[in-house]
Amino acid sequence: MVGATYALAHELYPYTAVPDQSAQAPVHHPVVIIGGGPIGVATGLDLAQKGSPALILDDHEGVGQGSRAICFAKRTLEIADRLGAGPDMVEKGVVWNVGRVFHGDGEVFNFNLLPEDGHKNPAFINLQQPYFEKFLMDALRRAEAAGKPIEIRGRNVVTGIEQDEDRVTLQIDTPDGPYSVTADYVIACDGARSPTRDLMGLSFEGRVFEDNFLIADVKMTADFPTERWFWFEPPLAEAPQSALLHKQPDDVWRIDFQLGWDIDRKAELEEGRIRQRIDEFLPNGTEYELVWTSIYTFQCRRMERFRHGRVIFAGDSAHQVSPFGARGANSGMQDADNLAWKLDLVLKGHAPDGLLDSYNEERAFAADENILNSTRATDFLTPKSEMSKIFRNAVLTLAKDQAFARPMVNSGRLSVPCTYDGHSLNGEDRLGGPERTRPGSPCPDADLGNGFLLDQLTGRFTLLAIGTEARDHPGLAGIRVHSVSLPNPSDTLRDRYLGAAPHALYLIRPDQHIVARWRDATAEQITQALKTATAQT
Amino acid sequence: MTLNTQPNIPDPDGFYDTLLAAHDGLTKGQSDALNARLILVLANHIGDRGILSEALEAARQT
Ligand SMILES: Cc1cc2nc3c(=O)[nH]c(=O)nc-3n(C[C@H](O)[C@H](O)[C@H](O)COP(=O)(O)OP(=O)(O)OC[C@H]3O[C@@H](n4cnc5c(N)ncnc54)[C@H](O)[C@@H]3O)c2cc1C
Repeated sequence: MVGATYALAHELYPYTAVPDQSAQAPVHHPVVIIGGGPIGVATGLDLAQKGSPALILDDHEGVGQGSRAICFAKRTLEIADRLGAGPDMVEKGVVWNVGRVFHGDGEVFNFNLLPEDGHKNPAFINLQQPYFEKFLMDALRRAEAAGKPIEIRGRNVVTGIEQDEDRVTLQIDTPDGPYSVTADYVIACDGARSPTRDLMGLSFEGRVFEDNFLIADVKMTADFPTERWFWFEPPLAEAPQSALLHKQPDDVWRIDFQLGWDIDRKAELEEGRIRQRIDEFLPNGTEYELVWTSIYTFQCRRMERFRHGRVIFAGDSAHQVSPFGARGANSGMQDADNLAWKLDLVLKGHAPDGLLDSYNEERAFAADENILNSTRATDFLTPKSEMSKIFRNAVLTLAKDQAFARPMVNSGRLSVPCTYDGHSLNGEDRLGGPERTRPGSPCPDADLGNGFLLDQLTGRFTLLAIGTEARDHPGLAGIRVHSVSLPNPSDTLRDRYLGAAPHALYLIRPDQHIVARWRDATAEQITQALKTATAQT
Repeated sequence: MTLNTQPNIPDPDGFYDTLLAAHDGLTKGQSDALNARLILVLANHIGDRGILSEALEAARQT
């Protein structure tokens, strides 16, 4: 059977034959996206909303059942908001703020994420990945119904790829046999095992962590609080090295056991064995139903370059991290956010092809940051030597009574967006404003009193005037600049964007990252910043 | 600030005594754990990353 290597949670794009398949010559598309996972769908949707046609090919007919990501960060929700899927996610998701850390049989400490005020979205939600993907697909269908140029084809398996200077040619297998299409650009969002990467003979280097994690999602109505519980060395027979309990929607709980390297995988996956572990872990007599179980090993690795001519890699195909810190899907969504506006401008002829190199520059930098963070977390969870275990346990012992040791306890540093410090698209900083809104930063949200700042930054270049009125700017050869004026800033806006400055002008990219900021700027200064931000210098 | 490698403890013999006494009656494992905790406590007190790096370097060089 073509495609269909895993069971579906939601059938969303059943195979149907399309005219491309019977065309005499391969039909041409501006952009073809390989893979209808979360990153492929988000990238396609973003392009289509900007008016650039995108065709997504997926080897399945919907969203897979497997339970993977559960923890989605604020930045992801902000991106999803811009794409029209954010509200569904937040409504279905579970918001949590309290985490507890245990070592052996006692609690070491607990923390409250105390989310900062003045943001539309929570710091984190827990949501099963199939829901996350379905809400993105729902938004895609709404965009399609509204006439946006987006198409997704199920059971279309990409089996061959070739490129020359002018185009990429794809071979595709379907239940009705093979066909091919051509594209100006191809985005490979085909996951960690990326067949595209293999077909192109590209490497994927990094570290494999010698550890196995048993993931069990269980359904129970037990009255646990909505908190993240993490145990180091839990007091269980045949002790796993760590255990995690975390709530998801629909009364489902994620339970994670760190089993070590030398295990009998098949025996560990037997239901009786899994139940034995869970029974011992949960309070006596807790009733539950097993929803999903699997054993994963994790790696941290990335491609050397994310762009190879007309083929661009995004999401897990480009980089893979261990899940501690939830930086997989969360960073892939930032890839989509970063790539879509650039590709849109290049396709429309408003920016040079070189703008796409900045995608590699910025997102490879972000991947390194994510890999560093998840490698450090994994090293804390799985000490690699006798001495590293001695220090790890010293930190845990001290953390009970000594506040200083608590920030060293690392069960995953939760995903935050990357600031593109010192990168080539950044313009000037002539404000003397707050650190967190320097050029390269993602705009922090702010409560405006009658709405939220990020809702005003709708995927276009925006000139934001704070404490003053924005003048209109003519834009630059096809690139329009949208003006937003907030003459009477709220306290949070002042705090995040002005600091001591009386007023400010910010130039903001379509992905809500800051290009440049000034106390006041001439039209030429703004034009120059726009050129810099679109690789036209 | 730089790492002070000149004598700085007023009563070196007394301190040395106290350091050893802290390990009295401990197994090797307990002693290793105590040392690790002690390093973390002291490192936090120093705080300055530059000095901590110099200290690590000084300890490694011998
Ligand atoms: C146990 C676990 C827990 C995790 N927890 C988190 C978390 O809490 N937070 C987080 O952010 N991330 C988490 N992740 C990571 C997250 O699941 C991934 O980063 C995310 O799924 C990547 O999305 P993607 O679209 O790049 O790839 P995928 O989701 O893998 O999608 C790739 C798609 O491409 C399709 N495809 C493959 N080959 C072809 C082909 N030849 N032709 C056509 N289509 C093809 C596939 O069928 C699939 O639909 C976790 C992962 C695991 C394993």
